Amino acid sequence: MHELGITQGIIELVAERAGGARVNVVRLEIGKLSAIMPDAIRFCFDLCAQDTALDGAQLEIIEIPGRGRCRQCGGELAMEDFLACCECGSIDIECIAGEQLKIKEMEVA
Amino acid sequence: MCTTCGCSDKVHASVTDPETGETEALHALDGHHGHDHHHHDHAHGHDHHHGHHDHVHDHATTVALNEEILAKNNRLAERNRGWFAGRDILALNLLSAPGSGKTALLERTLRDLKDELTIQVIEGDQATTQDAERIRATGCKVVQINTGTGCHLEADMLARGLQRLAPPLRSMVMIENVGNLVCPALFDLGERAKIVILSVTEGEDKPIKYPHMFRAVQVMILNKIDLLPYVDFDVERCLAYARQVNPGLRIFQLSATKGTGLADWYGWLRAEMKASCSNSLPLDEEALVRGVRP
Repeated sequence: MHELGITQGIIELVAERAGGARVNVVRLEIGKLSAIMPDAIRFCFDLCAQDTALDGAQLEIIEIPGRGRCRQCGGELAMEDFLACCECGSIDIECIAGEQLKIKEMEVA
Repeated sequence: MCTTCGCSDKVHASVTDPETGETEALHALDGHHGHDHHHHDHAHGHDHHHGHHDHVHDHATTVALNEEILAKNNRLAERNRGWFAGRDILALNLLSAPGSGKTALLERTLRDLKDELTIQVIEGDQATTQDAERIRATGCKVVQINTGTGCHLEADMLARGLQRLAPPLRSMVMIENVGNLVCPALFDLGERAKIVILSVTEGEDKPIKYPHMFRAVQVMILNKIDLLPYVDFDVERCLAYARQVNPGLRIFQLSATKGTGLADWYGWLRAEMKASCSNSLPLDEEALVRGVRP
């Protein structure tokens, strides 16, 4: 379960950037094609936030759907997984969205 | 998890030099037991954060961060990458499920190429130095990283292992990651290429079952092909699955124990070694290796 270490990393970074202020909300962007499970991050968050500037903070996760661009015909398509197939028949698809793992913003008091 | 504060999955992580038997704990060096873990990475992180403090006021304020969640590991990986580049060292990250033959392939490669290339190894396992002992028996220098409860190597662990290994200029460092097809795909170590090893005793559908891993790598090695007559494994289907998740994948089919198909793999290693050498290094290797830490 790598989400535990990743959640600790998120909290360390946000606490540092808050510079001692209390953090009320943390917003993450997690792509649906990334190898991170939002539920696992939520599960770890409250525990990891204890006794930090993020203690009691609300965690909001914006899930970004997968999108791909066909390297053959240039068309764009929705990607549910990495086995997407373009209308033109090509499976050579470049993923253009859905893999991001980003700490978007925080609300501080 | 840490029994003191429950806050790290790197507890009991350590670096062992099998030659001297010396082991150093990674978390102790992190200042972790002093419980100052929110600050221990300041040396690397500070310049990115100053200036944002100006936005913090008494009323609620939204502060844009736009940081990669894995930013810290990625920054440390880039440091490793620069360290390798400055020394003309080719670093390769070997990944697979447990039991696919990573260590056997390494042993064979080290024995076959020892007269032409200097290859050293960083071994990653949750526990024991058994793999490091196998590698050491080939006559090659090796350092074992034990991740404790951690399921993958991270860039800072590799940096610590490299300090101990101190590989020479113009050499190759093979990093055998923890046997796991999930998380090691996420953590850049600063390597030049990631290589996944899949054996024919596993399912042919592994590439589509673990697509993140097969997408993250540049090379796939299909190992144990000498066992194909005895197992129900459709090679063509496996390769099609692999290319479906990663069309640019370079694939080698071989048997590390029987020696089949190794020539192409060795040819690739030689070419990569050549490509990673800049020919612009000073001659005083000793000073460069000893003087700068990753």
